[in-house]
Amino acid sequence: MIEQRPSEERRRSSAAMDEARLRQQAIGVRLRQMFDEVVNEQVPEEFLDILRRADSRSPENG
Amino acid sequence: MGGGDKAPAVRPPRSAADDNAFKRELVQLIPHLRAFARTLCGDPASADDLAQDAMMKAWDARASFQMGTNMKAWTFMILRNQFYSEKRRSWRQTQLDQEAAERTLVAVDDPEAPVALDELRQGLAMLPPEQREALILVGAGGFAYEEAADICGCAVGTVKSRVSRARRALHVILEEGAYDRDGASAGDAMRSILADAERLSTVR
Repeated sequence: MIEQRPSEERRRSSAAMDEARLRQQAIGVRLRQMFDEVVNEQVPEEFLDILRRADSRSPENG
Repeated sequence: MGGGDKAPAVRPPRSAADDNAFKRELVQLIPHLRAFARTLCGDPASADDLAQDAMMKAWDARASFQMGTNMKAWTFMILRNQFYSEKRRSWRQTQLDQEAAERTLVAVDDPEAPVALDELRQGLAMLPPEQREALILVGAGGFAYEEAADICGCAVGTVKSRVSRARRALHVILEEGAYDRDGASAGDAMRSILADAERLSTVR
């Protein structure tokens, strides 16, 4: 029986959609920041030490 | 993409140059492995342990890697398998119960207000692990859906639906945090919302 959706309601729902999109964007930006924060950290020496040690125990040398 | 899963009967001998090229690329990937591990483990120390294990596994398996293919996706897959094989998921329960229950999330009145990192971490922790990793790989790691599907060992469509469910759930969680800040444990409220969402999404 609803012939015409009140324009006020339509306006509100489209505003809500815009808001949701903005929040999603904000979440996406933060997500990348959170990840990149660790990527940009200095890699602990330990990692390279482990690789270096792995090097010296190459299969040819036993 | 696979194809090279079966080890060839005769493998050409590896040269020192191959190993060096492999290692150079592997070293470049360490920061990314650490970041991915951090999202899986939560606590930085066990994340670095995991990243180191994955790095060594990759090094030991270098003969099975085809240079020129996507080493980042390959190492992420190794790291992920390592994580699940060791079931280092305990942080999700422990850290979450303690912190999420006590700490309530910050209200978000302005949609353009930056999402607080703490809030986001808590929100991510509430997600089912398979949704969290899909969202991280695609939304933060920069992987295409196809690559994320390879890493997780599932269909592309599955990754897509996990990512979109994760986005929706995260949105709800972060919004709910605002409603809940005065009252009872935000963690409980979120858990029930997520349980509902999960239940609804599994009904086909």
